[in-house]
Amino acid sequence: MFYIFCPHCEEHREEEEFHAAGQAHIPRPLDPEACSDKEWGEYLFFRDNPRGIHHELWVHAVGCRKFFNITRDTQTYEIKEVYKVGEKPKFTAVSETGADLKSSLKAQESAT
Amino acid sequence: MQKYSGFGLLKHALSHHENWQRVWRNPVPKKKYDVVIVGGGGHGLATAYYLAKVHNITNIAVLEKGYLGGGNTARNTTIVRSNYLWDESAKLYEHAMKLWEGLSQDLNYNVMFSQRGVLNLGHTLQDMRDISRRVNANRLNGIDGEVLDPQQIKEIVPMMDCSDRPRYPIMGASWQPRGGVARHDAVAWGFARAADALGVDLIQQCEVVDFIIEDGAATGVRTKTHGSISADRIGCVTAGNSSVMAKMAGFKLPLESHPLQALVSEPIKPILDTVVMSNHVHGYISQSDKGDLVIGAGIDGYNGYGQRGSYHTIEHTVQAIVELFPVFSRVRMNRQWGGIVDTCPDACPIISATPVENLFFNCGWGTGGFKATPGSGHVFAETLAAGEASEMAKPFSMFRFHDGALIDEHGAAGVAH
Repeated sequence: MFYIFCPHCEEHREEEEFHAAGQAHIPRPLDPEACSDKEWGEYLFFRDNPRGIHHELWVHAVGCRKFFNITRDTQTYEIKEVYKVGEKPKFTAVSETGADLKSSLKAQESAT
Repeated sequence: MQKYSGFGLLKHALSHHENWQRVWRNPVPKKKYDVVIVGGGGHGLATAYYLAKVHNITNIAVLEKGYLGGGNTARNTTIVRSNYLWDESAKLYEHAMKLWEGLSQDLNYNVMFSQRGVLNLGHTLQDMRDISRRVNANRLNGIDGEVLDPQQIKEIVPMMDCSDRPRYPIMGASWQPRGGVARHDAVAWGFARAADALGVDLIQQCEVVDFIIEDGAATGVRTKTHGSISADRIGCVTAGNSSVMAKMAGFKLPLESHPLQALVSEPIKPILDTVVMSNHVHGYISQSDKGDLVIGAGIDGYNGYGQRGSYHTIEHTVQAIVELFPVFSRVRMNRQWGGIVDTCPDACPIISATPVENLFFNCGWGTGGFKATPGSGHVFAETLAAGEASEMAKPFSMFRFHDGALIDEHGAAGVAH
């Protein structure tokens, strides 16, 4: 169970008080009517699903009921940071698991 | 392949069962295959089997990162049913159900498929309306189903609390008599053995780390342990890891991976001879042949690849079970397991061509893939053999999330979504 710091209440509370609301930082298209079906479908349904660093929107559902963001590792479950909506995350997903291995294997192959 | 039979069992008894043939070979992979299947779970193995059996394509490799059937295939709650609401999915799951009914004979391997019936409980008026609607839809699609009242439920499961006592009293249920359970790891082993006998190479401990893509077409895979393997067509059946695989191929899937948990109790004497599921109070339970109660919990709300879930999710599930079955309150839980499931926004799978030519994905089964294992393999094999989505797979294209033709099965998909 996570022990989550709510940046609005400014205290740690147990996970059961919170609700994960999916990926953070998804801007609604400014002019939905102008979107193609593909663009609109991607806005509605296609989400990042990384094995590693992920920015998520959470809500303190049975507390202050306010939304905020968490940067979390989906592999180790470590919470890297908590920040309010509108603020910028300090951690960003730079390399995902396997990325280094992948490039080194490619390099190996082109050498032979 | 040595055929299994009662006579064979007697014969081998004479040599103290020491001369059984190995169930499958452990081959070194070739450099090139007609079809490479990534992922050696139930769906991947079934795909390989039906490709070889129905479509006569035997130059196939199944590449598995761990060991065969070592993931969700062999750790789920083993429930098989086909009472889905919409025509497209009802057809798909009923196709699987028909294959289940002859599977042990077909594979010459006892998958212990037991059609002991599945109850889906309703606890509110809206539950009962949804149940009636679904049962009617099922019957129109030729799938067996009945709506039961609490008295009839009591006759099927006498020790379930059907009184007014619980916080959410049972108001009725849907009942699919042909539903039931199967032994999950026997399913993986049975498909693996039968596929191997038809010449399919099953390569374990062989992780795929990249796809080789030339001019927008996949031509092979790079593996961690066996170098590059080329293939005319590639089928990716990697469940919870599908998004990671899609990223390697350079596109995105509308999937989110969540931990889903199951738990089993200590073995007890036979007490429950059917499957009971409740969407509303969120729990499902059956009893295995070994005697342990098999209980399914819900998914955790956040994305995760950690193969473990939260304890409070277990607590909520067990609370619901004890509310339904007060008699189980002192049964001790033995083991708990979390697997990674790839959930789709409409709770339906993706069996689809992708933006990369010759690369096909079979994923998004979410929390309910086991029941579809033979059907999924059969339909995906047809898709891989033809190089385009088969008739039954067409509605399950990944591009339905662009044109909006979703198949909303959140109701029938049940508990965990």
